[in-house]
Amino acid sequence: MATLNSNIPAGPLASKWESYKFNTKLINPANKRKYKIIVVGAGLAGSSASATLAELGYEVHNFVFHDSPRRAHSVAAQGGINAAKNYQNDGDSVHRLFYDTIKGGDFRAREANVHRLAEVSVNIIDQCAAQGVPFAREYGGLLDNRSFGGAQVSRTFYARGQTGQQLLLGAYSALNKMIGAGAVKSYTHSEMLDLVVVEGHAKGIVVRNLQTGAITKHNADAVVLATGGYGNVYNLSTYARGANVTASWRAYKRGACFGNPCYTQIHPTCIPVSGDYQSKLTLMSESLRNDGRVWAPKKKEDCKKAPKDIEEGDRDYYLERMYSAFGNLAPRDIASRAAKTVCDEGRGVGETGLGVYLDFSAAIERLGEGKVRERYGNLFAMYHEITNEDAYKTPMRIYPAVHYTMGGLWVDYNLMSNVPGLFVLGEANFSDHGANRLGASALMQGLSDGYFVLPATISGYLASQNPGKRPATDKAEFKQAEENVEALTNQLLGNKGKRTPASFHKALGTLMWDYCGMARTKAGLERGIKLISELREEYWKNVMVSGEGNEWNQSLENAGRIGDFIELGELMCRDALHREESCGGHFREEYQYTPDDPETKQGIVNPGDVKRRDDAFAYVAGWEYAGSPAKAPILNKEPLVYEEVHMSTRSYK
Amino acid sequence: MKVKLKVWRQKSRNTPGEFRTYESPGLNENMSFLEMLDVVNEDIANRGEDPIAFDHDCREGICGTCSCVINGKPHGPHKGVATCQTYMRSFRDGDTIVVEPWRAAAFPIIKDLVVDRSAFDRIQHAGGFISVRTGAAPDANSIPVSKENSDLAMDAAQCIGCGACVAACKNASAMLFVAAKVSHLGLLPQGQPERYKRVKAMVAQMDTEGFGSCTVTGSCEAVCPKEISLDFIARMNRDYGLALLKGEPKKIAGGVAG
Repeated sequence: MATLNSNIPAGPLASKWESYKFNTKLINPANKRKYKIIVVGAGLAGSSASATLAELGYEVHNFVFHDSPRRAHSVAAQGGINAAKNYQNDGDSVHRLFYDTIKGGDFRAREANVHRLAEVSVNIIDQCAAQGVPFAREYGGLLDNRSFGGAQVSRTFYARGQTGQQLLLGAYSALNKMIGAGAVKSYTHSEMLDLVVVEGHAKGIVVRNLQTGAITKHNADAVVLATGGYGNVYNLSTYARGANVTASWRAYKRGACFGNPCYTQIHPTCIPVSGDYQSKLTLMSESLRNDGRVWAPKKKEDCKKAPKDIEEGDRDYYLERMYSAFGNLAPRDIASRAAKTVCDEGRGVGETGLGVYLDFSAAIERLGEGKVRERYGNLFAMYHEITNEDAYKTPMRIYPAVHYTMGGLWVDYNLMSNVPGLFVLGEANFSDHGANRLGASALMQGLSDGYFVLPATISGYLASQNPGKRPATDKAEFKQAEENVEALTNQLLGNKGKRTPASFHKALGTLMWDYCGMARTKAGLERGIKLISELREEYWKNVMVSGEGNEWNQSLENAGRIGDFIELGELMCRDALHREESCGGHFREEYQYTPDDPETKQGIVNPGDVKRRDDAFAYVAGWEYAGSPAKAPILNKEPLVYEEVHMSTRSYK
Repeated sequence: MKVKLKVWRQKSRNTPGEFRTYESPGLNENMSFLEMLDVVNEDIANRGEDPIAFDHDCREGICGTCSCVINGKPHGPHKGVATCQTYMRSFRDGDTIVVEPWRAAAFPIIKDLVVDRSAFDRIQHAGGFISVRTGAAPDANSIPVSKENSDLAMDAAQCIGCGACVAACKNASAMLFVAAKVSHLGLLPQGQPERYKRVKAMVAQMDTEGFGSCTVTGSCEAVCPKEISLDFIARMNRDYGLALLKGEPKKIAGGVAG
């Protein structure tokens, strides 16, 4: 059994981070250069961490599977980044951002981590502005803000509809500066395929060069994974096609616990699926909900009518009806589930019946088309590009899609996994968003972890390791990991199967969406586990990989990643099955408020809202690999202790 | 609908390539161009042949990974979009579509339609940044920036680094890319201290990488998926001229002059 000690520092919540930093061991500047740190991934977390660690004087080696660090999927975030600057004087504060995040996460995140995130948020904006990130500004030259995804204050900073790209270009420029200075060695088109653990500590990785197929070993004093989320387990998602779980999964198989894998975020405003050839779903920024009104026809027979032919009185603005205080800005999990409910009732629109309207006619009347174009022009253009429809004239059609994973490798307050020396940042870790992430908080967490948290916490670990004594790559553990990777590659290439990796991915995605999607049940999850384990067995017998190992081979790359996704899918179902409660993005149909519950009668919640069971499930589930994919994993628990906030029923009414 | 693809196939950097023709299976006009390639590739793989290698990732026009020349035009027929945002309804049933990689000496072919664009990274290693250490930044609102300049910087910053500008240029010049990077930082007050040093370093690296010269034909602007304006090239040329006139700063005790 692994030990999951959160290592939360003692003392009052608001001063934990300050006192932690004072009490952490430092490393003297002359010794820093003797420590080598491997960072895998170069999105917001990976780039910012690599640059900052190099500035501090460590020897940094950065690995990405992309052709350039700038292509990591952080680039695609549209809406913005939160920070408790209170530049709008509307009552925001570190404490309010902390509280909103804890509540938004449905009381399943760690208080101390979230408070630190809120504290550090203000430094992120300063750092990015100084790097030249072109945030939106007011005419006076100061920074503009908007309210975003369920927040009642305007704390979101943004750069048109491409905040992610601009923040990533900022972090990438910091990384470039250090690469140019020779302080970071950058390995592109390099995919991590195994973690090397020596005497219980993470001391290196094994990498495949995607251009040449060469497999190489790399040693280090510490390994940092900033490899993103695993939403592509569903095949169809808003993730980039290349996004994968492989680095995290291989670390899991080397002993790192996987935290809360079933917590996935389904984003409410995506363009609906149009056919089975589809490779990805496109997200429309949540900022659209600031001015768009979500509705569905009241009557089933109206669903096939053109929206303009449906009378105002026959439209159900269901979010405004059900959640009067938050209305169209209700948090993502709630808005997504409400859309599903409406469609399940047969009131969905569009060809497939899986869609609802997002209507801007009221906003255009109130603000004029020019203003709406100024705010959302690029999103309307994107919608037009994909659907061939003009959203200025007719409402958009939207449906929820997989967008983010709150779960990830388990880490303590230091962002270190239960394998000493292995640190995990950004979406790849489980730590800050509980069971549901608020809008504009992913960018904040990635940069918080990379710029400010890890650079402060890693010294505590490194101080326990003798400088210049990292194990050499000729050690047996390195050789064993290298052989493991070679064997896997040869097995995939040598398999004379009949089915392409992509067809398995589609099959897995369908199973995951059906049994471990927006609404889950005991029977469904049990069936999901059975079918996915059968799919896994078929995979290794029947997958067909073309080409050779010593060349650019996308079929081989995908095959490795999809094999890992299949195993992960099974773990997600197991986690969802064991968590006999509903919380945030995890909705078990058996655990929801009914009209007879006192909370419903008091008007705090609606029937059908998620019902948590704090008495039994106020903990982080950290799953430990049992040595073989066919063996049931071991469940470890980290209890969630709330010192500051009372765990209340989440209400957005 | 069905189309015929005439695709450039090349096994590796140093082996000769050739066009090969593939008949697509039945397609849906709402498929993206890359989804069409997925479908064709499944067909090829199921026949036991090697699928067409092509670069792609986000499939929503922001990562800059996809890179096909479609019927002679980088990123296909439409203005202001990348290949991944091009849909099959832009083509007709029975069309023959010619698909090639970016062609430029500075972007060597890795395989089929995939090219090596690391030259772009190296140009940015040379100077594409504002030197600010983590933790050293002043409060964000202590640096006001006029909305006009901020918006213009943002226009330049939208560049997704795809390299279509190079692929479209008869000289394979990277001027639009470098100008976008130089202008983004040079338009902001934070970027002033390194403004002239930056433009010289980035242009020098651009030349080292083997990109051609700019003859202002404007083909780069025409194919740019983010519609980055040619004006930025004029802006960079002015900064570069000024930087040359200023010369190297003279070192004096306690600081630098000029």
